[in-house]
Amino acid sequence: MKKLPLISGLVIAAILLAAPPFLKNYGIYLFSYWMVFVIATMGLNLTVGYAGQKSLGHAAFFGIGAYSVAILMQAGHSFWLGLALAVIACFVIGLALGFPALRVQTIYLAFATLGFNTAIWLVMRNEEWLTGGTFGINNIGRPSLFGLNLDGPLAYYYFVLGVTVVMGLVQWKLLSSPWGKAFTALRDNPIRAESLGIHIQGYTLLSFAIGAAYAGVAGALFASLVQFIEPAPFTVGASIMMYLMVVVGGPGYFFGPLLGSAVGVLLPEWLRFAQAWYLFIFGAAVILLMLWLPDGLLSIPARLTAKRQAREASAARAAAAAKVGGAQS
Amino acid sequence: MTDFLQLVFSGFATGSIYALAALGFTLLWQASGTINFAQGEFVMLPAFMMLAFGAAGLPLPLAFIATCVVAVGVLGWAFKRGIADPLLKHGLMPIVVATIGLAIAARNGIRAGYSAEAHPFPGLFADKLFNVFGVTVTLADVGTLVLALLLVLGTQAFLNKTVTGRAMQAVAQNTESATVLGINVPRMIFYTFAINALLACAAALLITPTYLAKFDMGEGLGNKAFFAAIIGGFNNSRGALLGGILVGVCENLAAAYISPAYKDAVALVIFMAVILFKPQGLLGKKVERKV
Repeated sequence: MKKLPLISGLVIAAILLAAPPFLKNYGIYLFSYWMVFVIATMGLNLTVGYAGQKSLGHAAFFGIGAYSVAILMQAGHSFWLGLALAVIACFVIGLALGFPALRVQTIYLAFATLGFNTAIWLVMRNEEWLTGGTFGINNIGRPSLFGLNLDGPLAYYYFVLGVTVVMGLVQWKLLSSPWGKAFTALRDNPIRAESLGIHIQGYTLLSFAIGAAYAGVAGALFASLVQFIEPAPFTVGASIMMYLMVVVGGPGYFFGPLLGSAVGVLLPEWLRFAQAWYLFIFGAAVILLMLWLPDGLLSIPARLTAKRQAREASAARAAAAAKVGGAQS
Repeated sequence: MTDFLQLVFSGFATGSIYALAALGFTLLWQASGTINFAQGEFVMLPAFMMLAFGAAGLPLPLAFIATCVVAVGVLGWAFKRGIADPLLKHGLMPIVVATIGLAIAARNGIRAGYSAEAHPFPGLFADKLFNVFGVTVTLADVGTLVLALLLVLGTQAFLNKTVTGRAMQAVAQNTESATVLGINVPRMIFYTFAINALLACAAALLITPTYLAKFDMGEGLGNKAFFAAIIGGFNNSRGALLGGILVGVCENLAAAYISPAYKDAVALVIFMAVILFKPQGLLGKKVERKV
């Protein structure tokens, strides 16, 4: 059992590294798309899964990231400047949104973020001078790294994969630091955390802002991946999909976003054979998945362990009972 | 001035429909802690059911009654037993995601299985114009407003005046004490789900003639209803009425005097202002934190 995570980790790594060169361009594109969403949902997992906040406006930050890169690159600046600005903008806006949102909890927070998403989307759609409105922004370039050209689909895929790994390591470090411990303490019992001297509002804000910054990075990569952006991918619906990915993968599990965004990005593609019905099947699958695994896909191992322990315990009880019964007769 | 009155009045009519959808939403939240992200789809589905019954030859009143029966079974009973009951014990997240899944499935099921086009829907009221204090109003607007208000106030009266209604409120406020008092808690919760389904049918009947029956008509409506519910106070069903009408009226005024492009942001602005100064909503009560 202990080897399972290691083996599955290696299998996933092998697939991510080795599979794309054998795929057609669309396959490579899907893999890159998947990784972009892994980064975005990693941020959301920090806010939702680890810090326990209900956020339904993640696509707004994703969009802010994408438009930062698109607008700056159109003005002749480099991708890297756009990326840096995307991260800073999302972090600061995340903080600013966090302040009023902190006054409210759970459902209220969910709708505060949802409303924020609507507002950002309206700006993207209506402020044509800045965002191109519904016509969007065309011909977004791809970056180069240390003189390496990342224009090709495969090169860009490996670049996105590399960024994903870096972002994953950053999150890993963050979670094992005292900060990360404070996040989970907050989620599990806010009042106890407060009595332990954790500054609730500070940490909640931080989890929010860092989560937003992750979405900013993902958005920046997304703009360069699809090379054409318009407001549609950044709607409230997209935010809800990201939330769905986090919960389906397993909120509060480090690898949850990897699986969850596979469900959200790749599953609908696999379901294309059902043609017009594919989104219906997807929705139904999500309901069934929740009914079967309310804590997400990654709760399967924990569930199996619990089952095994229960079985062992009942076997031990039976053995003990047999012993007692034998002594008596 | 007459323009202004006209805008306010038609805002009242739209707002009363938001209030209908918002009321069902606060009822479910109070009675069982369910957040139904498919609330908008719960209005869309009865609209199509009525169309289907109408196509089968039933006149509108009969089609409406048949739809109500089906809706109480499917959107009330089956929804409660199939999704809400098994998931509620796992906290908020699974039920939010499951109802999102339900919304996606309902929307795309209708699109794939029925049609992606907008369908005209028979109006309840004749095409007639009135002139009140120089303001021209349509019979449809007046009728919608009156019917919606009657429904909201009727539900209110049912909750406050009848024994069943009081029992339902007791369950919403404190499930344990309600059990001790001998109230059949599961049945009261089922009543709430049934009322939610009926209100959705009524909203469908009132809103679809204006907005046409379309697979994605629930999306915007659901959002507006959510905001209306929170603006008014999530744990107060009277708040749904206030919130709905506030959103409806302000939206109309903003579209006319500020910019139609940002009409959809109005609900958000009111919402933000309200939660900044009164996080529990205009009529809501403060909820104590549980240790």
